[in-house]
Amino acid sequence: MKILVPVKRVLDYNLKPRVKADGSGVDLANVKLSMNPFDEIAVEEAIRLKEKGVATEIIAVSIGEAKAQETLRTALAMGADRAILVTQEGTVEPLAVAKILKAIADEEKPGLIILGKQAIDDDSNQTGQMLAALLGWAQGTFASKVEVSGDTVNVTREVDGGLETVALKLPAIVTTDLRLNEPRYASLPNIMKAKSKPLAQKTPGDYGVDTTPRHTTLNVSEPPKRQAGIKVADVDELVGKLKALGVVA
Amino acid sequence: MKTLVLVEHDNASLKDATLATVSAAAKLGEVHLLVAGAGCAPVAEAAAKIAGVAKVHLADDAAYAHQLPEAVAPLVVSVMDHHDAFLAPATTTGKNIAPRVAALLDVMQVSDIIAVDGPDTFTRPIYAGNAIAKVQTSDKKLVITVRGTAFEKAAKDGGSAAIEAVSGTGDNGLSSFVSAELASSERPELTSAKVIVSGGRGLGSGENYHAIIEPLADKLGAAVGASRAAVDAGFVPNDYQVGQTGKIVAPEVYIAVGISGAIQHLAGMKDSKTIIAINKDEDAPIFQVADIGLVADLFKAVPELTSKL
Repeated sequence: MKILVPVKRVLDYNLKPRVKADGSGVDLANVKLSMNPFDEIAVEEAIRLKEKGVATEIIAVSIGEAKAQETLRTALAMGADRAILVTQEGTVEPLAVAKILKAIADEEKPGLIILGKQAIDDDSNQTGQMLAALLGWAQGTFASKVEVSGDTVNVTREVDGGLETVALKLPAIVTTDLRLNEPRYASLPNIMKAKSKPLAQKTPGDYGVDTTPRHTTLNVSEPPKRQAGIKVADVDELVGKLKALGVVA
Repeated sequence: MKTLVLVEHDNASLKDATLATVSAAAKLGEVHLLVAGAGCAPVAEAAAKIAGVAKVHLADDAAYAHQLPEAVAPLVVSVMDHHDAFLAPATTTGKNIAPRVAALLDVMQVSDIIAVDGPDTFTRPIYAGNAIAKVQTSDKKLVITVRGTAFEKAAKDGGSAAIEAVSGTGDNGLSSFVSAELASSERPELTSAKVIVSGGRGLGSGENYHAIIEPLADKLGAAVGASRAAVDAGFVPNDYQVGQTGKIVAPEVYIAVGISGAIQHLAGMKDSKTIIAINKDEDAPIFQVADIGLVADLFKAVPELTSKL
């Protein structure tokens, strides 16, 4: 079966975001942007399923500005077979992304779509679930283990109290959690090879999707700063502080 | 505005995350609750007693036993015919179900809100809590997940809402529950604890975690947590993890032991009232947010602290 893997280009997770002084958003000019870490895990899982003979082809998709092409080349260098870039400047909300992905899924007919559980910029955690709803497919969110057998995929999910395993009818949606796998690094020869892999360029209009945002961001601000604390010299002083806080009698 | 709140439960008892969501919903209008489960009548009775609740909708059907989103989302959508807003706690259950509901209603979800600023305007953290966004939605119906630590919990009693049975859409055969492996703990639950003792990579091993963190937590009646580094190293199970990708907590006192204070960890605990850090590296970023810091070797300091309490 084919596997579709949507990937997003986001501010590198090692960088501390700077809020713009005019409150219009986070400053993304001249900063390093990388593949969303949860999406790297999604690409890795798709490749592992191909290596096991479960998947036949991996299609990476990204929606966003033209530079998202770099993110798709990274996915191709890791092992994806071909890529689709849907170009759209500005914000594309999870609902619009899910609609575009639905149209692509209708066209490509993948057996599995693997997404990251959330993007580390908007922290929405919505796209996978929305796509599952639009397609009428089952969803295995926050996956830490994925096992395909026949026309079913068993997904072990990270839930608040521990782990839960669900059986989903294929085709299905899986969203990745951190412990699903350890993504591989793209080797230099594979980076070179990825440059000649097919990358189709599309627009939301090609899929008949209106990407007008439903949300208006009124303001983005810095979180309240915590006041600088004090350092205590030893354990006895710490015990005194805990008593003062009323934590211990 | 009529709101519908998804009740988080295990078919026997109601989870505290629901209470904070009720408070957020009350800021928007009349509060109705939805209890979807199997053999969950006791939960509906508990839900009806929550202060400020006008009505409880009870869908008791084997199809909802494990609250699988494929079954619950169409049920929510059918009840939403008579409501203007759907709110779910931003727990793994709420995050799993709410976006599926939103897409079926063709609306954008507002995720993980920390404040209600108006009937269509909400505040939510982005970039792992490093920025705070105020967003206004143009959707006719609202779908929202609520960060539990950002709202007061509604009182568990004082209400006397009517319970009304709703017939669901049943099982659509897309998914089924196989098994659950829940970590057992007699300590307070992490997200509702007043005091949390959390351990990081500095502990070095799972044995050290049990030997050093747990006795201190027991002395304080505290819940235990961990950084992602400690979870990834296998010291403790993943449901101990506090951070952007784990649980978001805001206890009265958070004690971070051997935790450096990476952005991803701070996102999960920096709204704690008092943060105490014990770390041997005086340059560790955790000291920039800690109210009280002790620069010391945790292997000496923590047992000494435990014995002196």
